[in-house]
Amino acid sequence: MASKIKVKTKLSGDLAEVKSLMLHPMETGSRKDPDTGKVIPAHHITQLNFTNNGNPVMVANFSTAISKDPYFGFKFRGAKEGDTLVVSWVDNLGNRDELETVLK
Amino acid sequence: MKTRRSILQGAGIALAMFATLPRVLLAAVWPDKAFSSAAAGQAMIDLLGTDQTIPTDQIFLKVPEIAENGAVVPVTINASLENVESISIVVEKNPRPLAATFEMIPGTLPEISCRIKMGETSDVMAVVKTADGVYSTSKQVKVTIGGCGG
Repeated sequence: MASKIKVKTKLSGDLAEVKSLMLHPMETGSRKDPDTGKVIPAHHITQLNFTNNGNPVMVANFSTAISKDPYFGFKFRGAKEGDTLVVSWVDNLGNRDELETVLK
Repeated sequence: MKTRRSILQGAGIALAMFATLPRVLLAAVWPDKAFSSAAAGQAMIDLLGTDQTIPTDQIFLKVPEIAENGAVVPVTINASLENVESISIVVEKNPRPLAATFEMIPGTLPEISCRIKMGETSDVMAVVKTADGVYSTSKQVKVTIGGCGG
């Protein structure tokens, strides 16, 4: 399945600005299904990882309090044109998604 | 058969190996205890080892004054402190106050933005851990419609 992560990067000198958007329900575990009245189990991204040329540049730990379809932006130094940035997440049910992009 | 001594030695070696792992790998463990805590102070003790923070104006916290929809509250944090190790977002009145925590890696700027859910009007605290201590800045966000369930 194609990755559902969207990433935009902007390089100025050795500074990379990263903006990422993921598709995920981010269920809190306290919401009830309006039709059945049953609690919808928690289902949320727990960790979002970024690596640049294999080196970690950011580890983001999420709780259920991150909004549905999470947005996350950050910046790091030491980047250059042609570097490979990998974004990956894992959720509390063990699902994963990953996207690779080249900095330019 | 393993003797008690050899098991202990084995455990000691395992522990030594664990201690020499780079900080990044250790940090990559999702802090479930801090995230499941129902009190902001306890969540901070579980995460950072203390609930005492030094108020500072060197953390810029950008949140809306009024959030019409508590399900999507944009948060931007920008710290001008040195040697930042982590940035965390704590929403005092959320059922589980710790919203997120970001591990800084050398080269990564202490500047992040994301969107959080808020159940009701509450103080939002940006907690920045540096090599020297734990600093924070708070701002209140008034929530018109809560975003934590229903």
